[in-house]
Amino acid sequence: MQTVQTAAIGAGAGVRRPVTDGIPRESVAFGARTMFPAAMSVSETATSAASPGNSKGRSARWLRPALGLLLPVALAAIWELVVYFGWSNGRLVPPPSRIFLTFADLAQSGELWRHTVATTLRVASGFALGVVSGTLLGALTGYSFYARRLLDPTLQALRAIPSIAWVPLFILWLGIFEASKVTLIAVGVFFPVYLGVMAAILAVDRKIVEVGRVFRLSGLQMVRRILLPAVLPEFIVAVRSGLGLGWMFVVAAEFLGASEGLGYLLIDGQQLGKPAQIVAAIVAFAIIGKLTDWLIVLATAPLLRWQDAFGNRQGAA
Amino acid sequence: MLALDRVTKIYPNGVNALEGFTIAVKPGEIVAIVGGSGCGKSTLLRAISGLDTPTQGTIVLDGETIRSPNEKIGVIFQEPRLLPWLTVADNVGFGLADRPASERRERVAAALERVGLTEKANVWPRELSGGQAQRVSIARALIMRPEVLLLDEPFSALDAFTRIDLQDHLLDLWADTKPTLVLVTHDVDEAIVLADRVIVMKPRPGRIQEEVITDLPRPRDRQSAAFDFAKRRVMAALDRSLDRSAVTSDTEVKVIGGASY
Repeated sequence: MQTVQTAAIGAGAGVRRPVTDGIPRESVAFGARTMFPAAMSVSETATSAASPGNSKGRSARWLRPALGLLLPVALAAIWELVVYFGWSNGRLVPPPSRIFLTFADLAQSGELWRHTVATTLRVASGFALGVVSGTLLGALTGYSFYARRLLDPTLQALRAIPSIAWVPLFILWLGIFEASKVTLIAVGVFFPVYLGVMAAILAVDRKIVEVGRVFRLSGLQMVRRILLPAVLPEFIVAVRSGLGLGWMFVVAAEFLGASEGLGYLLIDGQQLGKPAQIVAAIVAFAIIGKLTDWLIVLATAPLLRWQDAFGNRQGAA
Repeated sequence: MLALDRVTKIYPNGVNALEGFTIAVKPGEIVAIVGGSGCGKSTLLRAISGLDTPTQGTIVLDGETIRSPNEKIGVIFQEPRLLPWLTVADNVGFGLADRPASERRERVAAALERVGLTEKANVWPRELSGGQAQRVSIARALIMRPEVLLLDEPFSALDAFTRIDLQDHLLDLWADTKPTLVLVTHDVDEAIVLADRVIVMKPRPGRIQEEVITDLPRPRDRQSAAFDFAKRRVMAALDRSLDRSAVTSDTEVKVIGGASY
C-alpha cells in the first residue's frame, strides 16, 4: 500500500520537477524522457532563429526556394533512371528526357509558339472581359444597396451553375469559333472577380467612407477615390484567382473543338497516343500560368507599398 | 452663425440620443461639449456635420439648413482616418481634387508647413506617429478653409504630452483664420484650455445640463487659479449632470465658486 502511493506521487511530480529521492525507477525515466526532447527543441529553434541574420543569411536565401525543388527533381530523376534501366518502358508515363525532347521539338518547329499564342490570346480576351465586367458589377452591387438587392441574387444563382454547363448553349448562340470560347473564359473569370470586389467593398471600414462623405464625394467619386483603392489588395487576389480559372476554362473551351491551342495539343496527344506531347502541353500550361500570375503580382506590387500589413514586413518573401 | 434649434435624434432602435438641443454659436467662437458617455455628444457632432440627419429640429449655418455634409464644415475625428493608400501630401490635398494642380501643390505645401510636417510630405500614413497622423488630419480639414470645424474627441487617443502639444497647436492654427470650433471632449482640462464656452450635457436623453463661460484670456495657463476655478465649475456641473447631487449639492458649489472669485 505504502509503495503504490509513493509511485503515484513520483510519477506526477516527475514531469514537472527534477528527480528527487525515493522515487521508483519508472517515474524517473518517464520524467526524463518527456523533459529532454522539450529542452532539445527549444535550443534548436533558438539557434535556427539566430542564424539567418548573419553570414548564413545569403545562402539561406537561395537554399529555401531550392528546398522546394528537391521533391520534384528527385522524383523526375528516379523516374528517368527507372526507364533508363529498363524497369519500365515509359510508354504511358514518358521520362523527363523524352518530355524535354518533345517540348524542344515543338518549340523548334514553331508549333509550341503558335499554340501558346492562340491559347494566350483567348485567355487574354476572356480575362479582360471578365475582369472589367466583374469589377463594374461588383463595384455597383457593393456600393448600392438597391443594385445589390436587384442583381446579386440572380448573379449568385448563375454562379452556382457549373460554367461548363453553358458550353452547349454558347455554341448554339455564338458558334464553334472564338466567340463561344472567349465567352466561356470570361464567365469563368467574372465570378471570382465580381464576388471578390463586392465582398471587399461591403467590408470597407465605415470610418474611411465617412471621410469621403465629409468631402462630399459623389457616388462615382466615392467608388473611384475611396472604395476601389481600399479594396485593391483583395481585388488583386480576386483577379489572380480569376486568371487561374481563365487558364482552366481555356482548356475546356479548346477541348470542344479547336484547331490550335494548347488544349488542342492535349486532345491531339490523346488521340494519337503521344503522352509526351500531353505532358509537354501541361508543362507549357504550368509555365505560362505561373508566369502570368507572377506578372500580375509584379505589376501590382508598387500599388500596394502603402500597406501596413504582415506581408510587408522586412524580409518577407 | 451656427444655430441649432431643438435638435432631436432618435435612432431607429428607439434610443433617444439627443432631445431638444438648442444653441447658437458665433463665428470664431470655440465651444466645448462635455458630458458622460452616452449623453449624445457624438450624435450632436454627427448631426452638425451632416453625416446624420436629426429626427426633429434644424441646424442652420449662415442661413443654410444643414442636411448633408457641407463644404463650409470640416470634421476632425477621434482617429486620424487618413487614407492609407495616399501619401501624406495627397491625404492633405484630398479635398482639393477639383483645383488646378499648381494651386493644390501650393496649398498642400503651406498646410504641411503650418503643421510642421513638411518633411513627411511623401511618406505613407503608416509611417507616422499618432500625433503626426492627427496633425495631418487637422491639415486635411483646415486646407478647405472651413467656417466651422467640428472635432470629435480629437486628442483622446494620444499620450498626455502630445495632447497638450496639439491643443496649443490647434489654438495656433485657429488664430490664423478664426473658424468656429465645436469640440466634443471628455477631458475637462482640454475643454477649458480651448473653449470660450463649455456646454455640459446630461445623458438619457442627451440634453444641455448647463453652460459654463470659460473666456479666460489666451494663452491660458493650465496652473492658474482662474483655470482651476473654471475647471471646478465644469466638474461640479458634470457631477450634477450625472445626478450625483448627494455628493455635491448646488449650494456647496456656489460657496466654493464665490470663495474663488
